[in-house]
Amino acid sequence: MNKHASDLKPEKIVGGVATDQRHESAHKHVSGTAVYIDDIPEPAGTLHGCLGLSTVAHGRIRAMDLSAVRAAPGVVAVLTAADVPGENDISPTGRHDEPILTDELVQFFGQPVFCVIAETRDQARRATLKAEMTYEELSFTVDIGALDPLNDKLVTPPLTLKRGEAGEAIRQSPHRIKGRMRVGGQDHFYLEGHIAMAIPGEDGDVAVHSSTQHPSEVQHMVSHALGVPSHAVTVEVRRMGGGFGGKETQSNLFAALAAIAARKLGRAVKIRPDRDDDMKATGKRHDFLISYEAGFDDDGAVQGVDFTFAARCGYSSDLSGPVTDRALFHCDNTYFWPAVRAQSAPLYTNTVSNTAFRGFGGPQGMVGAERVIEEVAFALGKDPLEIRKRNFYSTTTRNVTPYHQTVEDNIIERLVSELEADAEYWRRRRTIQAFNANSRVVKRGLALTPVKFGISFTATHYNQAGALVHVYTDGSVHLNHGGTEMGQGLYLKVAQVVAEEFQIDLSNVKVTATSTGKVPNTSATAASSGSDLNGMAAQNAAQQIKARLVDFAAEKFSVPADQVVFLPNRVRVGNQEFTFADFVRQAYMARVQLSAAGFYKTPKIHWDRDKGQGRPFYYFAYGAACSEVSIDTLTGEYVVERVDVLHDAGRSLNRAIDLGQIEGGFVQGMGWLTTEELWWDERGRLRTHAPSTYKIPLASDRPKIFNVKLAEWPENAEPSIHRSKAVGEPPFPLAISVLHALSDAVASVADHRIFPDLDAPATPERVLMAVERLKRKAKSLA
Amino acid sequence: MPAIRQHLRFILNGEDVSLSDVAPDATLLDFLRIKRSLKGTKEGCAEGDCGACTVLVGRLGRDGLVYESVNACIRFVGSLDATHVVTVEHLRGANGALHPVQQAMVDCHGSQCGFCTPGFVMSLYALWMRHARPSLAAIEEALQGNLCRCTGYEAIIRAAQAIASYGEAGNDPLVVERAAITERLRVWRDGARIDCGGRLIVPASVDDLAAIFAENPKATLVAGSTDVGLWVTKYMRPIEPAVFIGALDEMKRVETHDGVLRIGAGVTYSDARKILGEKIPELGKLIARIGGEQVRNMGTLGGNIANGSPIGDMPPPLIALDARVLLRKGSERRELPLEDFFLAYGKQDRQPGEFVEAIHVPLPAPGTRLAVHKVTKRRDEDITATLGAFAFRLDTENRVAAIRIACGGMAGTPKRALGVEQALLGQRWCEDAVLAAMERYADDFTPLSDMRASAEYRMLAARNLLMRVYLESVSGKAPVTIARDVAA
Ligand SMILES: Cc1cc2nc3c(=O)[nH]c(=O)nc-3n(C[C@@H](O)[C@@H](O)[C@H](O)COP(=O)(O)OP(=O)(O)OC[C@H]3O[C@@H](n4cnc5c(N)ncnc54)[C@H](O)[C@@H]3O)c2cc1C
Ligand code: FES
Ligand code: FES
Repeated sequence: MNKHASDLKPEKIVGGVATDQRHESAHKHVSGTAVYIDDIPEPAGTLHGCLGLSTVAHGRIRAMDLSAVRAAPGVVAVLTAADVPGENDISPTGRHDEPILTDELVQFFGQPVFCVIAETRDQARRATLKAEMTYEELSFTVDIGALDPLNDKLVTPPLTLKRGEAGEAIRQSPHRIKGRMRVGGQDHFYLEGHIAMAIPGEDGDVAVHSSTQHPSEVQHMVSHALGVPSHAVTVEVRRMGGGFGGKETQSNLFAALAAIAARKLGRAVKIRPDRDDDMKATGKRHDFLISYEAGFDDDGAVQGVDFTFAARCGYSSDLSGPVTDRALFHCDNTYFWPAVRAQSAPLYTNTVSNTAFRGFGGPQGMVGAERVIEEVAFALGKDPLEIRKRNFYSTTTRNVTPYHQTVEDNIIERLVSELEADAEYWRRRRTIQAFNANSRVVKRGLALTPVKFGISFTATHYNQAGALVHVYTDGSVHLNHGGTEMGQGLYLKVAQVVAEEFQIDLSNVKVTATSTGKVPNTSATAASSGSDLNGMAAQNAAQQIKARLVDFAAEKFSVPADQVVFLPNRVRVGNQEFTFADFVRQAYMARVQLSAAGFYKTPKIHWDRDKGQGRPFYYFAYGAACSEVSIDTLTGEYVVERVDVLHDAGRSLNRAIDLGQIEGGFVQGMGWLTTEELWWDERGRLRTHAPSTYKIPLASDRPKIFNVKLAEWPENAEPSIHRSKAVGEPPFPLAISVLHALSDAVASVADHRIFPDLDAPATPERVLMAVERLKRKAKSLA
Repeated sequence: MPAIRQHLRFILNGEDVSLSDVAPDATLLDFLRIKRSLKGTKEGCAEGDCGACTVLVGRLGRDGLVYESVNACIRFVGSLDATHVVTVEHLRGANGALHPVQQAMVDCHGSQCGFCTPGFVMSLYALWMRHARPSLAAIEEALQGNLCRCTGYEAIIRAAQAIASYGEAGNDPLVVERAAITERLRVWRDGARIDCGGRLIVPASVDDLAAIFAENPKATLVAGSTDVGLWVTKYMRPIEPAVFIGALDEMKRVETHDGVLRIGAGVTYSDARKILGEKIPELGKLIARIGGEQVRNMGTLGGNIANGSPIGDMPPPLIALDARVLLRKGSERRELPLEDFFLAYGKQDRQPGEFVEAIHVPLPAPGTRLAVHKVTKRRDEDITATLGAFAFRLDTENRVAAIRIACGGMAGTPKRALGVEQALLGQRWCEDAVLAAMERYADDFTPLSDMRASAEYRMLAARNLLMRVYLESVSGKAPVTIARDVAA
């Protein structure tokens, strides 16, 4: 007990909200002691699995001779579809279109057909090569360019958003544009590939360590595959070496197979595919063909837009429904379309089933919006920034989205005007013009693009979360929640929230591995929702405990409840003060429950997909980026000279973490739109399935000058966790500015008279081809 | 015959390791993670491209004991005799304190998911031992072989720039113990041949290699293993018996005789970057764009030539410089022009049991200009889409007095552009002549389309490189190409 000493005490806890804490595992990351699944000591006798992948893009398996595989050294079992004791399906949306192992029909090159289990990983890999497969090959489709979005096979029902009469508005406009753009897909390239380790238990139970963003789904898939209730399966993950959406549903395959083998053989089984197999057999970002038509007036104000977003979904639905929906939800970006129609076409192709990837279709939708703006600007000979501003959502009028949600928190105008000034857009525009006029080979380009990103899962029921908080009698706190840590700093942010709530230093709060046994029925850590949902749930749990503590103290010390105050690392009760530990020990002695399960569900949201109306998003996150590039018109090579970003994270929980998300998201987005190219050969085989052929950005690709700022002034208009905003996905599409800067540089070779029509990824090859096209056209016009 | 030793030995962090039963295709990464439970070193790709597996290997070289970053995933244990392997576990001080490199990474928020982090720490550690205060360009170059998918690199670069303020390399254990380690390694270099069951052989000398290879022409020579490593990790091809030649000092020599640079086949890219770079700066610049630092620390010039790849980067400039390759079988040696060595796709003029001993490069005559341009999808650590190497001399009347052009990625072998050369030879060096010569590329080459580039792009870019060379030669104010500074 400590009386009247408060002025000597710290005024603030160490590590509360809105402080720049380091990642909770940073010291372990740098020393190699952070444990990823492949680092967990293996139980004695652990076996290892390797997938056998199909070698045709479409066909029927006529014969499968696995005798040499079975006879290979170290092989213990070879699993085929017949070995799945429960349901041979891991379709996350219950469409039953995604077998774990296919039994007869092969629908893409690289589809899992069998799984070898051997004493060592090396033996399993070597044995896999010995399979003799005979296929009857069927005709296949890899590219969506040749497909009809309206009539060809879809993997899931399409969506149409509609407000006003777009066709009519376009027809009546003084000017019109019409075009089509290709936007490539993207491999996640998480540095830690997929992995699962299943350990059999008693009663047919199984514990699975899975590198997954969605432990609850892995639990369900494993239980279906084994034909056991969910309570028999526990899924745990402490951390992933990156996820980015690639481990939202794609972990199911590996976990299910490991669990099936573990159950069958009674030994622990680990499956860690080689990087090449990981890239061949797991889904990626959807590529899109975006067709658009727009009408606009002399000032560039768009009157009506009509979009078709055709997506390469691969052979099954996976998350293609919500991904293509989200593309439509973002076909407005920050722009008010007075009349709009947008439809999706989630097309079937003989490729791996595409999946979630940071932004979840949203960035592709925005690329469509920005493309329209750019082409309108070209048609009128105006600066694209002017056209952007002309079409921004307003605050009280012109504020209804194509899905009939009113934008209530719009701050884009202020963000863009601040960035425009900070980045000296207009001065640099002139400098670049002068430079280009005098430079024959090297051309520069500049673009400023905005972002508005909708926050919430569009499947409303996902917007819930649970947390479990224990306070121990020494005052230390154990925190567990449904969110997973993949590098984004979620564990840290939620711990900051709990530290803040109890007013104890962050070092007293320990976050433990996410486990379906601790917090059940969780949603995927996705849609940027991690800290919004789990932060709230953890806060709720902490508040429940606090309420009990307050009641206890008020009664014990006979003071009104408002005289029980949580001060930094201590509690004041009336005119006495206790250390937090002392205080909770007293509560324990008085038999107060010091543990609580917290819960949160996002208010206000609803969505009627059949009507295409509702409020799918709780709020929006905003940002803007200005990029300058140089291109070499002889080879198409380029460098990103400078990027300025101004981003809205509300009242940031941790600016250091948020800046990292913005920088990282930007560079990842840049990779998507520049050097990351997925390339299939004539046999329908993906040939860019390793870092030797698939090129994500390096340190030397990042912008030479990179100024990233969080806007100081915004706060979330909604009462989100401490008025912060989600920051996982929204920065990713800031990189669209790089694509537009490249396009601007290309356009300069024909004096900005001809539209560059630049597709993504804008590889050096695409840039050079666009340069050549423009030069040819300019010549023929001259 | 030299003495024979049946085990190899190296230092792993602070501990001596002696191995006799070691498979020729055992990788260092599996050894660390599986055999020694040292889990700090990660596998991200198993093909030398991501750097998650980066460790340091200290070896006695020209300049004494040097620690170089390498990719443990494609480095074979068999190549480690008399080296000091340092993994991320070795960095923390005895009291558990973080190393300056680690502390800088923590404080600058250099990790997010953390999976790439040990590899970055090791690359930065190697850099910091060489340059306490590296330039931005030097940092970028040192990190060409490390992928991070989370951070966008900005925080890592800030950390790299901050390391010096956390500590001086002089106090680093590896520096402090330098003399002792050097001595231990020197004693271990006993001049014996290592032979582990006839499956894994490390020759005692080049003569010994010549004898072994002539006797076992089916053996796999392994130099830097930046190609052979992938045969094992990706294709699971047997390489037994394997003869490890990467540590043969005699093959690492570079000498100049009568205006000819004699480069041992075992010279690594990193060594060549320094030594060749001084004599022929264009080659130094090209080498800075081959692989990443880890690959350059392992990969050899001899390997790059012997593998005969049409997209190997060293052959075109060497052909443009009229280099010759020195082949040896037993005690027989023969020398032939490098361009004649490449017969067809996958086929070289090399007999069973014959190996590349050295490359002889005539130093460019005064007045010779050399230009080498590599075009890739991603600027660094990427394989060539097309590469043009140009060596030419203009006479006093500005006519092309001599010219050799060789290209990579344009045919089944590295190949000269004979028609283009012909079109230029004797012509005035002017834009019209260059434009006319550019048309001749189509006679010389019929490139392929693949995942790296279309045939059309390869052709267009290859032609345009000639224009770039021309524009660079006529000095103007405007830049002729984009630049990201290359480290000195
Ligand atoms: C990540 C990565 C990036 C790369 N980037 C590039 C690049 O940008 N440009 C490029 O050109 N290459 C690149 N490479 C390949 C390049 O590193 C190799 O071609 C290298 O030069 C081979 O040398 P090595 O010593 O590693 O050969 P090894 O892999 O040891 O051997 C290669 C082949 O040559 C044979 N061999 C080796 N030495 C001799 C000898 N003295 N005599 C006869 N035969 C011999 C071997 O038996 C084998 O067949 C890259 C490789 C990796 C892994
Ligand atoms: S694991 Fe990727 S370079 Fe070694
Ligand atoms: S921190 Fe995740 S890959 Fe670098």
